[in-house]
Amino acid sequence: MRPEQGTLISRAQAIAALLELLTDQPVVICNGFPSREAQKIADRPTHFYMIGSMGNAPAIALGVALAKPNKQVITFDGDGNVLMGMGTLATVGALKPRNFIHVVFDNEVYGTTGNQPTISNVVPLEKVAKAAGYVNVERVLDRDDLVYEFKDMLKKDGPSMLLVKVNEFAEDAGRVLLDPPDITKRFMKAIE
Amino acid sequence: MIDSDAFVQALQDMGVDFFTGVPDSILGGIIAELMDRRLYTPAVREDEAVAMAAGAYMAGKVPAVLMQNSGLGTSLNTLISLNMIYRQPCVLIVSWRGQGGKDAPEHLVMGEVMPQFLNTMKIPHRTLTEKTAVEDFKWVAETFMRQRIPVALFITKGVVKGLHP
Repeated sequence: MRPEQGTLISRAQAIAALLELLTDQPVVICNGFPSREAQKIADRPTHFYMIGSMGNAPAIALGVALAKPNKQVITFDGDGNVLMGMGTLATVGALKPRNFIHVVFDNEVYGTTGNQPTISNVVPLEKVAKAAGYVNVERVLDRDDLVYEFKDMLKKDGPSMLLVKVNEFAEDAGRVLLDPPDITKRFMKAIE
Repeated sequence: MIDSDAFVQALQDMGVDFFTGVPDSILGGIIAELMDRRLYTPAVREDEAVAMAAGAYMAGKVPAVLMQNSGLGTSLNTLISLNMIYRQPCVLIVSWRGQGGKDAPEHLVMGEVMPQFLNTMKIPHRTLTEKTAVEDFKWVAETFMRQRIPVALFITKGVVKGLHP
């Protein structure tokens, strides 16, 4: 069954709950619906919206985290994205940046291209992250657990992965509005 | 032949302060020197290295990415759908394997097409020589600052001292 039985929350609901808990932390958001939905829910200059380079969100966030060790850096990622850039779980696990939180919205499909199945229904990505060396790893199915675990991760040394099982619903969010060079400039200024 | 420490020092003098990449034998001496100076963050794939460099750039660093030219193929999509369109520069230190057709078979195609390949992607490039090194580094710095996109410096075999002289 897709998505996992008992999963009620949509990715947009999950993003809204997470953004309520964040203020001025840098957030690197993967390409596809996650960036579009985050922009619609709460557009902040501290958001780096990706429109290409699938699989690279945690690598970009890792670069920020290494360069700014005193800032907690968050990345919003998807299951298809993690599978594409799986090597980065190893890099993060080996380097162990304490200020790195990796949120994965796992709907078991490539949502942006028409809900073709990924293989995350049989490959538990949070277990891969744990094996690679992430310090804190949680898998959550509902909003209450999501809020509880994310608050906890904000207080702990990482690297941490919060895998959120979500349904396939995609918000009617439109494309990312800013021009890519303006996203870069705005993000750089906001995290200075 | 340029010493590895002089090469690294020239990059540091240019302001480069974040180094990542994936090794190649031609770059062995440079990477050993970077590790001695505790400046090197190893990546597992070249596209990951390029993306890490982009993040570091946005967080105020001047990044360089070291790779064998095969890594240009691996990192192609990141270079064009992240760095080029978002205007995120980095210095690409690329070893020129397969130059002149004298290398293992897997390097020959990229070795032959690499300059045209980067021309097609509109990534500026130059080949380091001992004689022109000062101008080469100056050109890299100026192009990085002016264009705000990746700039490639090709390293051919024997130009920078390797691990096994």
